[in-house]
Amino acid sequence: MDLPGVVVLATTLLLATVAGLVWRRGLGRFRAPAPPRGRAVPTGGRWTVHRRESTPGEGEDMAGSDEDTAVGVLTAEDIGAALGERATLVQFSTAFCQPCRATRRILGEVADMVGGVAHVEVDAESRLDLVRRLDILRTPTVLVLDASGRVVRRAGGQPRKPDVIAAIGAAVS
Amino acid sequence: MQVDPRGQRFAAALTTLVLATALATGNPWVLGFQALVFAVAVAMGVRRSPYGLLFAFVVRPRLGPAASSEDARPPRFAQGVGLAFAALGLVGYLAGPEWLGIAATALALFAAFLSAAFGYCAGCETYLLGRRLLASGRTA
Repeated sequence: MDLPGVVVLATTLLLATVAGLVWRRGLGRFRAPAPPRGRAVPTGGRWTVHRRESTPGEGEDMAGSDEDTAVGVLTAEDIGAALGERATLVQFSTAFCQPCRATRRILGEVADMVGGVAHVEVDAESRLDLVRRLDILRTPTVLVLDASGRVVRRAGGQPRKPDVIAAIGAAVS
Repeated sequence: MQVDPRGQRFAAALTTLVLATALATGNPWVLGFQALVFAVAVAMGVRRSPYGLLFAFVVRPRLGPAASSEDARPPRFAQGVGLAFAALGLVGYLAGPEWLGIAATALALFAAFLSAAFGYCAGCETYLLGRRLLASGRTA
């Protein structure tokens, strides 16, 4: 027996259990998107934090133009498909993501069932610009947009169908 | 190519046991065996890895046919990540320092335990992040 190894083994299993419980709890839960965060920007050799206001139309550093690139608004051009009349479900997927398939099925069924709701799947790897702009970290990530393209709800991981329907409710109300 | 998700769970459980043994005994041979299993899964596909074959011939006949199947690429990607950590761990145990062996094995165990116990999908959680970091490194 290797004593440091045994101690690390016990610690690892304990931490992994806690991490797993936290991970599973947050999976597929819809939340209102976080307000734009303060961001470290180097100025004059020093790192200072600039708190950005969520003024519509404020330029995002990654985007080319200064207009219509507010963090929380997506256009048909951004996602490469028309927005839904009432709401749009935008799903970010990658090939290395098994729950993305199940998510596609769930969102497709909801879009078929609820009128005026579109389901658009975006390949995250080929749209790293959008991924950065929206700060997407994992796949699948599902965004619920209202009729104007504003992100009103967001979930990481495979969501449950009733939760998707409830999130659409928040977008159309 | 498609794989049986139960087989992935089974392989993750075996991986967890083997890595836990490697960590508890500090025996590089045990870790070396697991590294080999990872390497075969990456090179030949997860279905032809030793754990995959064990599942196909011993476990699945008792469970019945699969209710669902999944893409083979995500688990293969995860096996590649596992191989990287196992290799790093071997370097630590064989050439030193020992803490490197312990730390790298513990990280591999962490991920294997999460996927065995919770169905955690390492490819989903880390692949995009990796791409983002790589791409920003290239453009910066």
